[in-house]
Amino acid sequence: MKLTAPLIYGLVACILLVSAPHADHLPLWVSAMCAVLLGWRAFITYRGRPQPNRWMLLLVTVACVAAIGATYHTFFGRDVGVTLLILLASLKLLELKAVRDATVLIYLSCFIIITNFFYSQSISTALFMLFTLIVIMATWVNLQTGTLALKPRLRMAGILLLQAIPLSLLLFVLFPRIQGPLWGMPQDAYATSGLSDKMSPGSMGKLSLSDAVAFRVTFQGSAPPRDQLYWRGPVLWDFDGTTWTRGRNATLQAPTLTDVAQPISYTITLEPHNKNWLFALDMPSQISIPAEFAPDFQLLSKDTVRARIRYNVTSQRSYRANLEEPMPQMVRAFNFPREYNPLAQKVAQQWRATSQNDEEIVRTALTYFNRGGFEYTLEPPLLGKNSVDDFLFTTKKGFCEHYASSFVFLMRAAGVPARVVTGYQGGEFNDLGGYYILRQSDAHAWAEVWFRNRGWVRFDPTAAIAPARVERGLSAALNNNSALPFLSRTQSTWLINLRFNFDSITNQWNQWVLGYDTERQFAFLTRMGMEDITWQKLATNMLAGISLLVGIFTLFLLRRLRIKTTDEVQKTWLKTCLKLEKAGFPRLPHEGGMDYATRIANVRPDLRHDVLDLATRYTSLRYGNASMKNDLAAFQNASRRFKVRRAPTSQ
Amino acid sequence: MSQSLKNVIAQTEQVILGKPHQIRLALTCLLARGHLLIEDLPGVGKTTLAHVLAKTLGLQFQRIQFTSDMLPADILGVSIFQRETGEFKFHAGPIFAQMILADEVNRATPKTQSALLEAMEEQQVTSEGETRPLPSPFFVIATQNPTNQIGTFPLPESQLDRFLMRIELGYPDAQAERGLLSGVDRRDIVANLAPQMTTAELLDLQRKVREVFVSPALLDYVQAILRHTRESAKYVHGLSPRAGLSLLAAARAWALLDDRNAVTPEDIQAVLPGVASHRLQSVQDTQASNGEKLARELIEAVAIP
Repeated sequence: MKLTAPLIYGLVACILLVSAPHADHLPLWVSAMCAVLLGWRAFITYRGRPQPNRWMLLLVTVACVAAIGATYHTFFGRDVGVTLLILLASLKLLELKAVRDATVLIYLSCFIIITNFFYSQSISTALFMLFTLIVIMATWVNLQTGTLALKPRLRMAGILLLQAIPLSLLLFVLFPRIQGPLWGMPQDAYATSGLSDKMSPGSMGKLSLSDAVAFRVTFQGSAPPRDQLYWRGPVLWDFDGTTWTRGRNATLQAPTLTDVAQPISYTITLEPHNKNWLFALDMPSQISIPAEFAPDFQLLSKDTVRARIRYNVTSQRSYRANLEEPMPQMVRAFNFPREYNPLAQKVAQQWRATSQNDEEIVRTALTYFNRGGFEYTLEPPLLGKNSVDDFLFTTKKGFCEHYASSFVFLMRAAGVPARVVTGYQGGEFNDLGGYYILRQSDAHAWAEVWFRNRGWVRFDPTAAIAPARVERGLSAALNNNSALPFLSRTQSTWLINLRFNFDSITNQWNQWVLGYDTERQFAFLTRMGMEDITWQKLATNMLAGISLLVGIFTLFLLRRLRIKTTDEVQKTWLKTCLKLEKAGFPRLPHEGGMDYATRIANVRPDLRHDVLDLATRYTSLRYGNASMKNDLAAFQNASRRFKVRRAPTSQ
Repeated sequence: MSQSLKNVIAQTEQVILGKPHQIRLALTCLLARGHLLIEDLPGVGKTTLAHVLAKTLGLQFQRIQFTSDMLPADILGVSIFQRETGEFKFHAGPIFAQMILADEVNRATPKTQSALLEAMEEQQVTSEGETRPLPSPFFVIATQNPTNQIGTFPLPESQLDRFLMRIELGYPDAQAERGLLSGVDRRDIVANLAPQMTTAELLDLQRKVREVFVSPALLDYVQAILRHTRESAKYVHGLSPRAGLSLLAAARAWALLDDRNAVTPEDIQAVLPGVASHRLQSVQDTQASNGEKLARELIEAVAIP
């Protein structure tokens, strides 16, 4: 068959659609090269020019491969692989010779569809790829049928895809899952921004500019009030004058919680953040996945979180945390760089001198923040070498990290053990889905102070200055919130609803499609009545299911192919034709009965009488005016008696 | 088949050598009360065929040679003032005949062409507010030169549709050509032909054609053909319902010529190239002469249900 212009345009469209989303993350020259190649192909087809010659193509291919080598310095890895695939597929378009080349391109397009999911697995990507698949199918139908117009071609592609739905559902539900991300992606799989294990002035403020979702939470039972929602992340101990870091825990002793009360359970679906810590409300006591409780009550996963994970946590809202803190850890909680911030150190020593106990010092400090004319802002002025001094006595404008940092510094300088805790605060409740969304803009830093009889107690100096931050969220606490991400500051009700709707759908997608892992699969199948699930059993069921579906389809098709008419005349005639076909004379689909009989009669004079008689009877019964019952009976008799004798040997 | 019809065929075949299929198609068209368009190179016997048919069927014959300076009145006729009576008197044009040979119809301007084609469709002529019926049977054989020749106004699709069939004659085969070259002058033979059928017989045959039976199974087949032309990307547009009716009418006449009283798929296939070739246009190839090939492909593409 000839490769027609519409077919070639279809192939160009396929490659264009499957590679277009890649333009987002591949080097610019790759996209440009692809565009040039596709344009070139369309142009020579439009003008009816011949394809570029072999050497020219070879030259372009070598140049492309060299350019890939120069860009990536390697030929392994995801980005290189995708780039190679796309470029070579585009080049293949320029050497279309036979139907086989077109078939290869159609298969290639299907494969490149999959590569798009390496980068994004969102609903929009899936929908776009579905659309792309329809285009590919339509092109394939064009290749197979040749002459069908666009509309019936699209309809046929749609029907083919609809027929594939039961099979894909079956595979989706039953295909044995692999623990962890399917592709074992290298680290560049999710280059996301998120909370880090360092805190310096400005680091939290930067995060608050991002709308990205950090995690979603569903509470079992009612949720605590918003100002209690402190999602604990990395705990920072060591301060070098500017930056807080986690440092090294000086003990391996597990943390202890005593006098616990008010437990609360919830499920967190954590977006991948390429770090190993998990988030939980103060203070976590149980977790459903293998994780370590660090001595400072931080939850650490065994592996880096590279794929979206889901876990259940039980937290105690009332507690005494580590009444006995080991000495080496205590030393860390007192430690501070003495060469910086002399003014702050002096103030802290005054507080120590005038106070009865540690609690009073904390109170004094919080009052100081509350009454000292401090301002909560996203755009604090720059601080010098003595960052705490500058902030406390000169600029007095800061974001949560400034308050947490200077508060803990003051505590340590006054001889009160303290540390910085980072994480997220609050969250946005989605009515439709019944869950909380925590975004990067909810990132927060607060402090914990250790008292002899109470253990570690949480204090949030930010709340002393801007209580609205913890009660109503960031946008409520800032006077000028223009720098915030759009989603955080909008007041329009329908926009908020739309956003909740969309996030709700996304959440379902994450939970049930992307998050359909071994655990979910087993739970689902158990509910469907399957017992003792093993992967062998899954495979057996899957094969059985596929056979069943294919069987049903085959029967359906056979029924359509077989004698579907109840017309006795037609039935008898088709039986007769079958006999002749077995003897080596198949009837052409467009061949009328008399033509068929005449053709056979010319080749096989010995059959002439019989076939002509049968065809005449058939024609008059089927197309004639007066068809009588006994005519039909005679026809049926003649057909039954009719036998195709072996051809007389030519003498 | 009636004896007279057999004689008609035999006599025509004696003059037009080696073209039995085309003769049958022409007769089919006539019996189905349609008009015939013959398209071929000059000199292959288009005019002779028309002439022979008219003579053999005993029809009143008029030949109109179309030229580019022809006006509608030259075909339809004019009213001329009579000095003696002081009245206008209508002088009937050449169209008032039972069989018209419109020779080289695509040499005339579209205005003149449409005058002829409207008369064909209405079977009457309206001139100066007065409507005059044309005789019955009324049969037009138009000949057309291939449209790529110089000085032609190709008939638009809507007017091509007025013709029930379009056939091509083609060159005669070697044996027939030999007979043609060695035999008597055709013009002499035609001049001496005797009619083999009366007008009443012809009208009766035309009536019988309409009684030929068409079964539901056959209608399925016709519909499958029409559907295919509409769904396929090969054709600029599919066949119209009128084309479907024409196809059935022609197939009925073909069946009657074959002495049967029911239409079979073979009848449809036999007349399909004639009926469909001028109504189908290929997307890829605009060459008009390709219609025949398209129709063949159409037959092969549609299975008989």
